[in-house]
Amino acid sequence: MPISLTDDHSLLAVDVGATTTRAALFDVVEGGYRFLAVGQAPSTAEAPFKDIGLGVRAAIENIQSITGRTFLDADRKLISPSRADGSGVDLFTATLSAGPSIRTVIVGLLADVSLESARRLAETAYGRVVESLSLADRRRPDEQIDAILRARPDLIVLAGGTDGGASRSVHMMLDTAGLACYLMPKEKRPAILFAGNNSLADDVKRLLESLTPALHFSPNLRPSLDVEDLDPAMSELSQIVTGIRRGQLRGVDELEAWSNGHVFPTAYATGRMTRFLSRLTGASGGVLSVTLGASAASVAAGFNGDLCLRVYPQYGLGENLAALAQNTDPDELIRWLSLDIHQNSVRDAIYQRSLYPSTVPATPEERAISQALARHTLHLAVRAAQRDFPPAARSDLLPAFEFIFASGAALTDGATPGQNLLLLLDALQPTGVTQAMLDRNNLLPLLGAAADLNQLLPVQALESGAFLNLGTTVSVVSAASHGAPVLRARLRYADRNEANIEVKRGALELLPLGAGEAAKLTLQPLHRADVGFGPGRGQTITVHGGALGLVIDARGRPLQLPSDAVRRRELFKKWLWTLGG
Amino acid sequence: MLAPVTHILALTAIQRERLLPVPGVVNARINQRVSASDVVAEAHWAREHVLIDVARKLGVASAVADRLIRCAEGDQVVANALIASGKGVFPREVRAPRDGRVAVVGGGRVLLEVGEVNVELRAGLPGQVTQIVPDRGVVIQTAGALVQGVWGNGRIDAGQLINLMEKPDSEFDAGRLDVSLRGFVILGGAAGKAEALRAAAELPVRGLILSSLHPALIPTALQMRYPILVMDGFGKLPMNSAAYRLLSTNVNREATVNAETFDRYSGARPEALIPLPVASEPAPPLDVEEFAAGQQARLRAAPHYGAIASIVRLLPGLTTLPSGLRAPAAEVRLEAGGETIVPLANLEVVG
Repeated sequence: MPISLTDDHSLLAVDVGATTTRAALFDVVEGGYRFLAVGQAPSTAEAPFKDIGLGVRAAIENIQSITGRTFLDADRKLISPSRADGSGVDLFTATLSAGPSIRTVIVGLLADVSLESARRLAETAYGRVVESLSLADRRRPDEQIDAILRARPDLIVLAGGTDGGASRSVHMMLDTAGLACYLMPKEKRPAILFAGNNSLADDVKRLLESLTPALHFSPNLRPSLDVEDLDPAMSELSQIVTGIRRGQLRGVDELEAWSNGHVFPTAYATGRMTRFLSRLTGASGGVLSVTLGASAASVAAGFNGDLCLRVYPQYGLGENLAALAQNTDPDELIRWLSLDIHQNSVRDAIYQRSLYPSTVPATPEERAISQALARHTLHLAVRAAQRDFPPAARSDLLPAFEFIFASGAALTDGATPGQNLLLLLDALQPTGVTQAMLDRNNLLPLLGAAADLNQLLPVQALESGAFLNLGTTVSVVSAASHGAPVLRARLRYADRNEANIEVKRGALELLPLGAGEAAKLTLQPLHRADVGFGPGRGQTITVHGGALGLVIDARGRPLQLPSDAVRRRELFKKWLWTLGG
Repeated sequence: MLAPVTHILALTAIQRERLLPVPGVVNARINQRVSASDVVAEAHWAREHVLIDVARKLGVASAVADRLIRCAEGDQVVANALIASGKGVFPREVRAPRDGRVAVVGGGRVLLEVGEVNVELRAGLPGQVTQIVPDRGVVIQTAGALVQGVWGNGRIDAGQLINLMEKPDSEFDAGRLDVSLRGFVILGGAAGKAEALRAAAELPVRGLILSSLHPALIPTALQMRYPILVMDGFGKLPMNSAAYRLLSTNVNREATVNAETFDRYSGARPEALIPLPVASEPAPPLDVEEFAAGQQARLRAAPHYGAIASIVRLLPGLTTLPSGLRAPAAEVRLEAGGETIVPLANLEVVG
């Protein structure tokens, strides 16, 4: 049950990432919830520690030293609820992205219907699809069984059949999955989620309950052929993932005890918050949240309350980098380099990074490689997720988002806000008018998890300056030739001063507009350029400043970089200089 | 701050679990002394299955087919053995397509396990069996030198160690291999050509310890049937001086190359083990340490990737790095000379 704000409950929220564990404190200040402090420590999911609790305690101790408050008792256990002496917290919640990618087998009937929905579902929760079966599969049933056994899944997602529809074909699939589970040692049997024809739930229970440690049901992903509904299954899957992590990582059960079961996969909690924010913005524009971590790249896009959430372990900046390097055309990556670094050095650096994901770029060259990798992987992740966004006017362009939130060290650790924003603009290539926010403390998932306990907290914490607002960006889509004027813009400040600018195709411009300031922006596109209101259509809108101000990006969508490396690097330098270095 | 540790130890207690991939029979006894090549456990493992749809073949309902099936779970059957027989004057028959074991019977079908192979688990290192893991394997303890690497091709073997590296940045070249190296574990340097790996396979060698491996050779290395252990990373890198010193001073000793895959969650790391005679049991390695001045450390990122250094002091707060980032850092003295500032995230304690 949601708790009333008048209860003045303090909340400690912990995010356990693959390399870093963060603890964030929220409390009531002057009648509203505020983000007060964050503590962090290296994560301890991996050997030799193999216990996420060590990193969690270290992060909490770090926040204790920052705030001067006490949250752990002499036995290093959480003090909850808070005590009269001010120690402890009232509420605790946690999110979790540490852990190996979840080996998932997806089973459906039609390859482009239920199987595709099962794939989309698996991609919401750190799943790596290691095998898929459908009616289109030409393998014999015994070959399918052997394929499942070889895949060593942590999870099988069974979909297929519209509600009240096909049952015989679904039974065949159940038989195959069930036989494979029967042949596995008991301790290695996967969790199973059935999200198909709901009239078969009793049969599924009878056939599979004894063959899996965790049999879950969710409403049908495809209640009818033309309707896909992933939401209820996503919620169920988040619980399954936490359960799988409980078996894989020591310390998860303790977090569950501290939080009364409020432990969520980080991406799921981020998605929840993104959906919530998109409801607040309404139909005026969507909300995009991107996270680039060591374990995965995740993309959450909210469109007026509808959520598209995708998690891609293959684009994480950790151990998966070696596979990424093997499957990437070096030129695709090199094109993002801002410094002159030999291709072989880049390749070797990526492989070393796959060995040591938690290392920090110490030199400008390492930094340039790291940022090029971030641009490349984020670009790939967003383009992959975009396939499942609602249809847009142009499929090669990102739809307009009113807000973009970015988190993960690779996206937020820039030495300057200009570096951060340029990375986001290059990788995402947004359209329309967008406000870019850096979530440097990974608060979005924590707020998403906290919403389960207190629905006012995320709203009030958002307004308390928890995120770094980089500023507003206007992206110009135009077919005009390079150097042709594509936009006239007039920025009228609160003090009635004005700034006027004519923007040429290929340019990146910055107008000053400080954090907390609002101004009226009049946009007059030229040569049928589109700034989010349709080709050639302008408007006067209110825009908000930030760390950088108002940025007008007329470099082109999609962004075409010069093929000449020297010219390319000069441009990166120029763009970065425009954004303050 | 907790520090990751990489083991490069001249003498330590070494305890390793050796387990079958599937349940089987453990041959070793507790306290038994074993050599690296001793088979300590074995299992029969069926890699494939054959599903026989008896009901469909006989043209009867599943429940009827179940009554006609003549075999039971666990039965061994040979190819062409009768699995089920129909009724009538000219009854249809269903026969086993291959030798196998009946895994499941039901629903009018029979599932056979076929293609059984015998899996032998070798001790991998000489030592004493200190624990039996029922149906799965043993724990073996020994004392000796331990050197952890960063990448392995998943194989394990043991042999006499021989050094082909004149210095830490030597390259591993096919031209240096001849038949006199057959059966040895080779300390080889930086591998840049696939022909060198293949030449080592043709001898064959018992193991190869490299300073680095060209990334393009990873698929070839994974195909090799002998263990390949990479000490420092990918590309063309010298071997870190601590590992080079330790390995090159142990030539002619028996070495185990356990090139298992680096699994950061289980803690499995590729490694070289050199058992040594001891009068008393040495201390086991420490897996967890806190960063402190005086520790020996290995740098695991540019610009001094792989270098060995000693920590002079931990710097307070956050330090601004040449990249512009700010991070907790330490001042270190490089073994090769000079002092530098390194973020703690880029250090691992050698111990």
